[in-house]
Amino acid sequence: MTVPFLSIRNLGVTFTGGTRPVRAVNDVSLDVAPGEAVALIGESGSGKSVTMRAVMRLNPEKRSKLEGQILVGGRDVMAMDTRALSGFRGGEAAMIFQEPLLALDPVYTLGDQIVETIRRHEPVSRAEARARALELFERVRIPSAKSRLDNYPHEMSGGMRQRAMIALALSCRPKLLLADEPTTALDATVQIQVLLLLRELQRDLGLSIIFVTHDIGAAVEVADRIAVMYAGQIVEEASARDLIRSPRHPYTLGLLKSRAHDAMVKGTKLDAIPGAPPDLANLPDGCPFAPRCTYADAGCKTGPVAMQTLGPGHQARCLRLDQTQPPAMAPAMAPAMAGDGAILPGGAGV
Amino acid sequence: MLGYTLRRIIYTAPVLFGVSVVCFALVHISPGDPLISILPADASVELQDRLRTLYGFDRSYPEQFILWLGRALQGDLGTSIATGRPVTSEVIRAVGNTLMLAAVATFIGFVLGCFFGFVAGYFSNSPLDKAASAAAVFGVSVPHYWLGMVRVIIFSAQLGWLPAAGAGPGGSGQWKFDLEHLSYMILPAITMSVIPMGIIARTVRALVAEILAQEFVIGLRARGLSELGVFLHVVKNAAPTALAVMGVQLGYLLGGSILIETVFSWPGTGMLLNSAIFQRDLPLLQGTILVLALFFVVLNLAVDVMQSALDPRIKR
Repeated sequence: MTVPFLSIRNLGVTFTGGTRPVRAVNDVSLDVAPGEAVALIGESGSGKSVTMRAVMRLNPEKRSKLEGQILVGGRDVMAMDTRALSGFRGGEAAMIFQEPLLALDPVYTLGDQIVETIRRHEPVSRAEARARALELFERVRIPSAKSRLDNYPHEMSGGMRQRAMIALALSCRPKLLLADEPTTALDATVQIQVLLLLRELQRDLGLSIIFVTHDIGAAVEVADRIAVMYAGQIVEEASARDLIRSPRHPYTLGLLKSRAHDAMVKGTKLDAIPGAPPDLANLPDGCPFAPRCTYADAGCKTGPVAMQTLGPGHQARCLRLDQTQPPAMAPAMAPAMAGDGAILPGGAGV
Repeated sequence: MLGYTLRRIIYTAPVLFGVSVVCFALVHISPGDPLISILPADASVELQDRLRTLYGFDRSYPEQFILWLGRALQGDLGTSIATGRPVTSEVIRAVGNTLMLAAVATFIGFVLGCFFGFVAGYFSNSPLDKAASAAAVFGVSVPHYWLGMVRVIIFSAQLGWLPAAGAGPGGSGQWKFDLEHLSYMILPAITMSVIPMGIIARTVRALVAEILAQEFVIGLRARGLSELGVFLHVVKNAAPTALAVMGVQLGYLLGGSILIETVFSWPGTGMLLNSAIFQRDLPLLQGTILVLALFFVVLNLAVDVMQSALDPRIKR
């Protein structure tokens, strides 16, 4: 593997604002190579967005504690002072948000917001910046780009706004794009268009992308690699292909099973993961997924679980990986066939 | 934008008509005989009737209203019963004085209120916020006439720095923009500014806290904007509401400063209303209220138009 452009090592984020500290991100390590797209998937509250925001140090400084190391292009983000940080934000790394209507300033036109961002980072004239904004709007294929520059966010449709948001994010030619559920708030048809646009831009501009989503389909569409997060930890990480074909962490298995894909027949019950994610202010000892896991045994409930390497680029944070070994079988069948005659824990045959 | 403004101006016509009806009705349903102040206690019934006919009080209410409204539309608000002077000129002079005082007070209140509000909103729940919020609550809740009297005692009676009452040397003479006249304005203006200061500070604090909690602020930081840059965005987002509150406050101060104007003997609408009420001077009372209501409507119109210019989400 080449030298990663983004390297996160043992990242921890704790929110200290409330009565009890909330451990939102716990020991996350992730590399993104230049020009690589990595998807971060998991349910709400699993720490995906917090991890992303930590990369730009956007979590509220007073109410959160950051640990670990973040290197972007060899520079230590944690050590940046205010000046370096504001040059880094938007310049080297840019972010796309889930709901562009909320993430754009409602009382400035989109053109003005792009011009402002460009001029913040580069010493160009207003006219030059505006010309570039127009170029960007055309690049993300906004129809009648010129007049759209003078629109306020509320005057655009959802898909158009997200395109404008992407244009804004790309305005200073960043090398790292952090996309925080960029398609969640969009219509299904528009989602695909935006995903295709993102993939195209990523290839053309050689961007490194972290793409947060809870839509596995979208992750496969865009990403080279997928990391699955649960309760603030990455529980499994593999190439998109490996993760879909041979998931190994029980949570990933559950996630893939609980997907309503086209094979669903009317009347069949959708497999869901029982229980709810743990309270991040009160994490259990051991594996945080253990209380919901059909494979868990006593050993899972004591002490932290380390990442286990399963193959090139494939790793999972589980002590019972021997039980989840799939003999190249569809994920839905995996639990029933798991292990070589090993006795399954109760309830595993669901 | 122009169409919106015109439409808003046309909408004010029915509002103004309603205002004139209410203002006329309120004054006439209140108890008391308007002629009592100018009639001697032992006046004959004949004299009473003659005066009543002269002022038109013997006609039916609708008749009186139409006559009054018709003249008012031509700028004639009748004659003051107590002084015999035309109401229009009395009111205009008083409105001029009050407008000046209210404008200065609102300006001071707006500047201080915004300052306290932004500080409190930016550092919400810090000791700084507590102090600024305490100042705002003080402004809203302290009795202003009391504050005025305390200030008169301290700065006029004890220290002798500033004049205690009036709008200029030698009573309520002509206003001039010189230091001497301005010194008469300092105490009432500062006392009056406490009201809008408190209300604007509280509004701005809530506004700023709400804006800062919105996602677009993270979006702005993610683009690399400095804290100053983010602050400017917050200001533009807070401006429409802050201005609206300021406009309403100015409107209140135009007519609602009776107590402060009385404490400082400021010859404005408050004092005029005060004396009109006590002397049962119906034409003067009607005229003053109508003019104040007119100001209020015009002010709201101005605020609405300004708001729509600042906030694109308000439909033009």
